[in-house]
Amino acid sequence: MAEFFRIAWLVMRKDIRVESRSREMLYTTTFFAVSSVLVFSFAFVRAGTPVEGAEAGIIWVALAYAGQLALGRAFERELHHDALRGLLLAPAERSAIFVGKLFGIILLMVVVEAVVVFFVVLFFDAPLFAYPFVFLGLLAAGTLGFAAVGALFAAMLTRTESRAVLLPVLLYPITVPVLIAGVNGTLSLIQADPNLDLARFWLALVVFFDAVFLTLALWTFEPLMTE
Amino acid sequence: MQGRWPTVWLVVAAVMFAVAPLLIAQAPNEATMGLVAKIFYFHVPAWFAMFLAIFICGIASGIYLFREQASADRLAVSAAELAVLFGAMGLITGPLWARVSWGVWWEWDVRLTLALILEMIFIAYLLLRTYGGPGSEKLAAGLALFGVFNVPFVYISVNVWRTIHPETSVVPTLPPDMGLPFWWCVAAYLVLFMAMLNARQRLEDQRAALDELRLAYDEDA
Repeated sequence: MAEFFRIAWLVMRKDIRVESRSREMLYTTTFFAVSSVLVFSFAFVRAGTPVEGAEAGIIWVALAYAGQLALGRAFERELHHDALRGLLLAPAERSAIFVGKLFGIILLMVVVEAVVVFFVVLFFDAPLFAYPFVFLGLLAAGTLGFAAVGALFAAMLTRTESRAVLLPVLLYPITVPVLIAGVNGTLSLIQADPNLDLARFWLALVVFFDAVFLTLALWTFEPLMTE
Repeated sequence: MQGRWPTVWLVVAAVMFAVAPLLIAQAPNEATMGLVAKIFYFHVPAWFAMFLAIFICGIASGIYLFREQASADRLAVSAAELAVLFGAMGLITGPLWARVSWGVWWEWDVRLTLALILEMIFIAYLLLRTYGGPGSEKLAAGLALFGVFNVPFVYISVNVWRTIHPETSVVPTLPPDMGLPFWWCVAAYLVLFMAMLNARQRLEDQRAALDELRLAYDEDA
């Protein structure tokens, strides 16, 4: 088990090091997330005030879009000089490699989330931190679920043609529960009459989703990545 | 004989579909909705066929992924196509009924949304196989497996989000004069489904056999 996490840590550290040299994904993904918040504000701000509850949707859709961009790029990088093949040939458990890549992506998404949440609070004056633990729990669990499914799909799509369009095609129908739960959980926290029980229900649903799909991803990564 | 099964299934299905309108015409009209409710005899069986297709596709995909049996993959792709086909029938007949009964074409109700999302997952499956290039069979199998595991999550999440569809408890409580045509139609759909699945899988089997022959021929030449 220690070996498993050591490998995951090494893969993640490699990704962080590659990223820290160019900061390409960090800058582009964050910029894209913020610009999509801006685009949403054109749709959901009427006469100077945002449509009630629009903030919840804006946060989650911006995160999903930015996450999709990061997922695609994280594995696209591995294609240069056949790096992915080298990684898979390493005498290490493949699921550990998957976990390493997954945590690298989650780390990036957390930074993007911090920026997006900051701008949503700033632009829309949304009371996102009225119940900070439930809200942050939803964000964390939602990110884990979205990234777990997304990392698996992005990894397996590296072997296909037209992967750039196929990733969103596969990703969104499967992550629908995370998006519904994220948006509605956040909404029940920021509405005029907050419903904490409902928010906790959504949080529990996402945690359960994470458990099932993370297990499934670890279980299928090996056969999916075997040619 | 193996080659004749699709034909036998198809003939049985054709006879059953020919008799179905007579049974449906005899059944009494539903008290509040009247004639429009009769679309239910075609709408609900289409969903039964779709769920059967998804179930078969999920199991076959799992077998293909972990056992690497090529025949399981051929069954999975046949079932996935039928899931999209029967799903489309449900998604077309549903709004026709909803327009009259609810006054709108679409409602974000749990069963409608679940059906739409499952339809999208299996369209994604077919897109992946069509445009993914070589090796996409395995990836599609992964997607199908994820799709099947996703069913309860989508159901629960949409259910809490909102719900107005007639209760599923309608089916077991049907009066006998409506129950007979209903179950007749379900059986007809399932026979049709088996016929198409059989025929489609045979096509895949023959394609695979043809590929093998070509390869063998190229090696000899």
